[in-house]
Amino acid sequence: MTFAPTDLAAAPPVVAAPQRGRLHDLLRRHPTAIAGAVLLALMILMAIFAPWLGTVDPQALAPIHRLKPPSGAYWFGTDMLGRDVYSRVIYGSRVSLIVGLSVAVFSSVVGVALGMVTGFVRPIDAVLMRVMDGLMSIPSVLLAIALMALSRASMGNVIFAITVAEVPRVTRLVRGVVLTLREQPFVEAAIASGTGFFQILWRHILPNTVAPVLVQGTFIAASAMITEAALSFIGAGTPPNIPSWGNIMAEGRSLFQVAYYIILFPGICLSLTVLAINLLGDGLRDALDPRLARRM
Amino acid sequence: MFAYIVRRTLATIPVMGVVALFVFSLLYLSPGDPAAIIAGDTATVADIMRIRQKLGLDQPFFIQFGGWVWRLLHGDLGISIFTNLPVMTLIEQRVEPTVALTISTLLVTIPVAIPLGVIAAWKAGTWIDRAVMVFAVLGFSVPTFVLAYLLIFGFSIGLDLLPVQGYSSIRNGFGPFLQHLVLPTITLSLFYAALVARITRASMLDVLAQDYVRTAQAKGLATGQVLIGHALKNAAVPIATIIGIGIALLISGVVITETVYAIPGIGRLTVDAILRRDYPIIQGIILLFSAAYVLVNLAVDISYTFLDPRIRY
Repeated sequence: MTFAPTDLAAAPPVVAAPQRGRLHDLLRRHPTAIAGAVLLALMILMAIFAPWLGTVDPQALAPIHRLKPPSGAYWFGTDMLGRDVYSRVIYGSRVSLIVGLSVAVFSSVVGVALGMVTGFVRPIDAVLMRVMDGLMSIPSVLLAIALMALSRASMGNVIFAITVAEVPRVTRLVRGVVLTLREQPFVEAAIASGTGFFQILWRHILPNTVAPVLVQGTFIAASAMITEAALSFIGAGTPPNIPSWGNIMAEGRSLFQVAYYIILFPGICLSLTVLAINLLGDGLRDALDPRLARRM
Repeated sequence: MFAYIVRRTLATIPVMGVVALFVFSLLYLSPGDPAAIIAGDTATVADIMRIRQKLGLDQPFFIQFGGWVWRLLHGDLGISIFTNLPVMTLIEQRVEPTVALTISTLLVTIPVAIPLGVIAAWKAGTWIDRAVMVFAVLGFSVPTFVLAYLLIFGFSIGLDLLPVQGYSSIRNGFGPFLQHLVLPTITLSLFYAALVARITRASMLDVLAQDYVRTAQAKGLATGQVLIGHALKNAAVPIATIIGIGIALLISGVVITETVYAIPGIGRLTVDAILRRDYPIIQGIILLFSAAYVLVNLAVDISYTFLDPRIRY
């Protein structure tokens, strides 16, 4: 009976393995999601540390140096007013990220609130869902355009306009979740035992909407960034004095045959950021909603 | 089935009612007094009051709304502030390029995207599947106007194969018409195809796991027959749904694409109207596009009864 101790000693250390294994496992199972998260983190760092990334004032005019192609001095070239495109693109990431995040947060909060109410209160449901159906049948860019046409160009108004266009989608999603939940035994039990209306919503319904709304929220952030850039591109978005990727591209629109770089670099940055968020969203969906993950 | 179609058709009325109310409020809330604009600079307060009375602008909101809907139902979308022409006429002048672009996009997207999705699901887990999924993610991530410029840089400026911008009416010959339509169509097709391919794959994966598919394979049917006759037929409803919903994205894309390629369509009209704050035009276009979206989705809903005869609502 001497083999037992040797056997135990030969066994791998049980405690240390899962630590290293978990990260490795995560990477192996969701390589694209991790790539998306890293790329997005880089973009966020870029936005935060914009002043220290070799940039100059993105608004500084230098008419002598206008329309210079990319070079050692001007990495992404200069625009028709001699402004440094590299600096403008780096600072532009702030607008896209702020708009994407704000729209995702606001439309999720409003959508969850409306969705919970419509899922539980029949008379409100009938009216509110007709309104939502109506809003959803107006293509989102057009809806945002209409709201922007009414108001002054400002970043707050852009965020508001895109949020209004996205709220119906979240409302519908949450309403669907609530309608299935209210038939569940644990909700029926809570109702039967006399739990208050708001407590049921807060304790039993809300926690179950978090996962699908989080997934939807990432995709909303991605689509909000595209919408903001599109609105700015056609001149109905962020005011022209703020460098946003859409604004930079709009300024390069009439010059693209001579100065391709004014459009190319913000375009690439926008595509990469949206790609990063979409990859992250796909990964979140796989992790949080296995049923949906198998289907997509 | 007839009762279902009637009920579904009637259900579009409240939806269009909400759209109309939203669009009317847009003009109602818009800054500037139309009566003062029409009266001109030299008008007195009494003149403005008289014009306001004549136009019914002194009436309560819902009376004005009723009158507006009544005129709308008679094909009157109002008068453009900037050009002083009826909005209906302006839209009619611009409708051809937009319709041509939309139809060509659908003609490219559907025959490409559905087979891609079917093959990806059939070869699930292989490099073919992964390639289709990469295409789908890229299609979602590259914004329409970025892709448009990449295509212009590559095919028009780099290779000098296609015209850079512009539009040639089909009345001026089919060749130039097609040449001008190639790049805008590819631009719009990419994300739409990505969307349709992705849903096709998902829906097919569901169906391919069913018992009757295994039975069909077991009794020795050819792969093509199983995939198309048994699987795709049963996967058709979600695919039809996403084609209908995708129309909204397509319309948003048209507005942007026409701007990049300088196509004189309704999208271009929209952008010009925004820059001039010509509210009646913006109103008319939103109504028109929303009506188109609602009608396409009505057609999709009705198609369910043919795609899946089990559906009885």
